[in-house]
Amino acid sequence: MPPGLKSDALIEIDHVTFGYDASRTILNDVSLRFARGKVTAILGGSGCGKTTLLRLIGGVHAPNSGTIVFDGEQVDARNKEQLFRLRRRLGMLFQFGALFTDLSVFDNVAFPLREHSALSEEMIRDIVLMKLNAVGLRGAARLRISEVSGGMARRIALARAIALDPELIMYDEPFAGLDPISMGVAANLIRKLNDTTGSTSLIVSHDVQECFMICDYAYLMSSQGRVVAHGKPAELNASEDPEVRQFIKGEPDGPVRFHYPAPPLEQDLGVKVAA
Amino acid sequence: MIELLAIFGRFALRVLRSFGHSAFFFFDLLRHSPAALRRFSLVVTQIHAIGNLSLLIIVASGTAVGFVLALQLYYALIVYGAAESLGLIVNLSLVRELGPVVAALLFAGRAGTSLTAEIGLMKAGEQLAAMELMAIDPKSRVLAPRFLGGIVAMPILAILFSTVGILGAYIVAVKMIGIDAGNFWSIMQARVDVWRDVGNGIVKSAVFGVICTAVALYQGYETEATPEGVANATTRTVVIASLSVLAMDFILTALMFSTP
Repeated sequence: MPPGLKSDALIEIDHVTFGYDASRTILNDVSLRFARGKVTAILGGSGCGKTTLLRLIGGVHAPNSGTIVFDGEQVDARNKEQLFRLRRRLGMLFQFGALFTDLSVFDNVAFPLREHSALSEEMIRDIVLMKLNAVGLRGAARLRISEVSGGMARRIALARAIALDPELIMYDEPFAGLDPISMGVAANLIRKLNDTTGSTSLIVSHDVQECFMICDYAYLMSSQGRVVAHGKPAELNASEDPEVRQFIKGEPDGPVRFHYPAPPLEQDLGVKVAA
Repeated sequence: MIELLAIFGRFALRVLRSFGHSAFFFFDLLRHSPAALRRFSLVVTQIHAIGNLSLLIIVASGTAVGFVLALQLYYALIVYGAAESLGLIVNLSLVRELGPVVAALLFAGRAGTSLTAEIGLMKAGEQLAAMELMAIDPKSRVLAPRFLGGIVAMPILAILFSTVGILGAYIVAVKMIGIDAGNFWSIMQARVDVWRDVGNGIVKSAVFGVICTAVALYQGYETEATPEGVANATTRTVVIASLSVLAMDFILTALMFSTP
């Protein structure tokens, strides 16, 4: 690419391998690209390393090998100054919201603004109310966190994540544990916010249908921490790959086995089976 | 034999690693403290929160210790006809030793465990991780203000403990036993040195504040993010902080009061 010209991908993950300890590899030589201004989903079963991938992008951990490039700059988990500069450009929605339980709804959304800007309280108030209005919770501004439901908490966390108008918004399991109405609300919000703010969205989830409804591109990861397929939702829906089909259709057995590896049942029960 | 040596070696390494780790954590807290001081409102909030947590137990225990101390000393001193010295001994016992030490032990049990559980649950609820991903250092925003709050709150609580203890002793000695009130107070005025006795007691309690708060924050920050992990961390806070306070008290007493 010619110097000075930015890549069409905001994030490029190149041959990344990562494990929390030497005995267990979570991500195994994965390469992914997340296009600017698009909604990209990373799909996969529990424990396949999806959330770990978000943490690597945020520089919480450093990959064992490979590189992660954010807007042309390689993410270095040891360089705190660079990390904090990078993190000001991203917002993250945690699986259970990670809201500050000692603060009110209003103060949670105001938190990043108060920490990172010198705006007056009046201005902060206006911004917070606008963000809460965007997620439909302006009326809940004065509530305590203990007074809101799980779905509301997720939307408050979303308002907090977009408080500083980040270029990248990462969603960690935004649909997990939500009722159908809240799930639809969350999905629409993600798409709408992405389109109106022009940000790049990255969704980590195992809810295939909700993701396919709103994403432009999707990666499917296996339980061994590898990317098994990627493409537009329609392409993945039409895929003949048995692993892709099993995940999309939610079949209990297939290339991904139902049983955790174990010795034969007869052996565990001490029963002799007649030949 | 080799096996035994290996077990001992592994244990020693684990202990050294944990000492090193906690020392790094402590210096990190010190490094972040000036930044927390610049946002003094955060520190004031924590002084209020931490102080409030321990206020009731400090006042109740201080009064009870004062009552008992006056009674016990009266029974011992009356034998030698030295009951008039009761006020002085109560005062010295409280401001030099019992005030700082008992207040610190109560502080570790009340505010220390609360700090550990609060930080541990913030970790388990991913609040600290969320803060980090917002480009806000939790050590600077969450830990350092609590650390400074604990250091300031501890001497105030120790002074309060000693004060209510002396008042408790006054009630028992003067109002109930009948020791002369003028004698009770004047012997204190004459024999208690503000710098050597009261001042050293305050220095002691500030050191205990550093120990208790740092231990509580370290245990909370390094806890395993599970209900069991948080429970174990709070227990460790009480045990480690209390033992450290007792050990440090001996060292400080030897340094401060070795000359007559």
